[in-house]
Amino acid sequence: MARASRLGGSWQAHLILILGVSIFVFPVFVALLGSTYDVGTIARGEMPLRPGPHAIENYSQAWTSGEGTRVKGAAPVRRMLLNSLIMGLVIATGKITISIISAFAVAFFAFPLRMFFFWMIFITLMLPVEVRIIPTYAVISNLGMLNTYQGLIVPLVASATATLIFRQFFLTVPDELVDAAKMDGAGPMRFFWSILMPLSTNTIAALFVILFIYGWNQYLWPLLITTSKEMNTIVIGITKMIGVGDAQNDWNLIMATAVMAMLPPVAVVVIMQRWFVKGLVESEK
Amino acid sequence: MTKRSIFNNKVLPYVLLAPQLAITIVFFFWPAGQAVAQSLLRQNPFGTRTAFVWFENFAHVLSDDAYLQAVGNTILFSGAVILLAMGSGLLLAVTADKPIRGAGVYKTLLIWPYAVAPAVAASLWLFIFHPTIGILGRALNQVGIHWDYSLNGTQALLLVILAAAWKQVSYNFIFFLAGLQSIPRSVLEAASVDGATPRQRFWKVIFPLLSPTTFFLIVVNVIFAFFDTFGVIHSLTRGGPAKATETLIYKVYVDGVVNLDLGGSSAQSVILLLVVITLTAMQFRYIERRVHY
Repeated sequence: MARASRLGGSWQAHLILILGVSIFVFPVFVALLGSTYDVGTIARGEMPLRPGPHAIENYSQAWTSGEGTRVKGAAPVRRMLLNSLIMGLVIATGKITISIISAFAVAFFAFPLRMFFFWMIFITLMLPVEVRIIPTYAVISNLGMLNTYQGLIVPLVASATATLIFRQFFLTVPDELVDAAKMDGAGPMRFFWSILMPLSTNTIAALFVILFIYGWNQYLWPLLITTSKEMNTIVIGITKMIGVGDAQNDWNLIMATAVMAMLPPVAVVVIMQRWFVKGLVESEK
Repeated sequence: MTKRSIFNNKVLPYVLLAPQLAITIVFFFWPAGQAVAQSLLRQNPFGTRTAFVWFENFAHVLSDDAYLQAVGNTILFSGAVILLAMGSGLLLAVTADKPIRGAGVYKTLLIWPYAVAPAVAASLWLFIFHPTIGILGRALNQVGIHWDYSLNGTQALLLVILAAAWKQVSYNFIFFLAGLQSIPRSVLEAASVDGATPRQRFWKVIFPLLSPTTFFLIVVNVIFAFFDTFGVIHSLTRGGPAKATETLIYKVYVDGVVNLDLGGSSAQSVILLLVVITLTAMQFRYIERRVHY
């Protein structure tokens, strides 16, 4: 009796989880299908639920030109992927670099206004791009950084969250380590490179995964400050290709682009799953 | 809390802080100050004269029917996204926490949508629910439901809710699972020994012990639904049809960037700023509590 009910419970569990996974996978499956048919089949609403014969030409067309019969003025996917890759990598690296040195300063030095600076960084948590859209745009425009990588990246590389995490971690580093380093005649930067950095590798890896996805998936900011198609990120590019969502659109190319836009961040999460979960849970502590 | 053993260096700490502080001042404090200042000013249509108008912009915004509609849309949209995303996340986490075969594989298969950008999620669901080419959109029309999200406001709202919630379930799943795994097994065993049914065990023991996680997730999900869903709305409906999916953040964008109403848009930004400050303060109260607990 007990055995039977446990078996029953287990069946239900598998059912719920399989249902959940299916709802997650279904839209991606349909997108994959859509990327293997020609424009006409999709526009007539005749797409069958099995892969079609046009995968290679759709993906290569999206990759090299990004333009179809209806979609005009889009950059090739390879260009937009490069932009997204640069944005994801540089934002993640920049945020980590800038935050780790600020946290180092705040945690290991005594100097006037220390806590004032710490609070200054902390308060930026309350100032998301969305609440200062136009003035920030004006700053970028005055600095001549519209349609540049600097404009896309620099305003986003400050990070209160990463600074808080590194500071939190540094406070757990035993004082004896600092004393030992001092006794051996190491200066602060020597201590930073030889002791603190090796200790921080786990935290850095975890943050990197989270911040790469953050950078890759940015939307409002690139939408505002990039107008030339050469500077479009892949996420913005998809919206531009969709336009008003016309049925006659090149949905085969749009779906191929969507698949290519999802692949890198999803791969990072799946391959670096352990770091990802750690980074996510820690970044919200 | 500070460390006892520290370096004495007069210049180095300022050098180390300089990049972060420079960006913070130029791209955060200065623009935020500008937004507050502009919310108190009004420009004539040619931008040649500016007058200080106290809180007129706020009064104007708060008495504007379109703004009040955006408030209503935001509440409806956020409420639905949060319920859907948190409910499904909790159900999946409770199920995946059970000792079943392949739990690790399920976990991997349930976390990846976190990495999909909201606007990309929107494009996937649009392709499915498109009234003439989408698999489900077409099916709905065939069974006699007049499905067209570009004409029907309720349907448009349903579609943006679906796309936004789909992307957010993974996040809630990860946090609920972490929360469940931190509940001591002995507590659950004690409940079983005392004869609690699985249902009682969940509602009387597990759910209350999860409440810090739940509270934290509500705050994070509100922030997600308010701000990060801009991409979903922008790529799916542009706030339409007839402003049926125009949320507060989308209206700030339209009024400021498209309609160039600086005063009105800034006043809306400042109102959103107050919302963010409240939410962040709530989030940190939760952290304080957890630290003591």
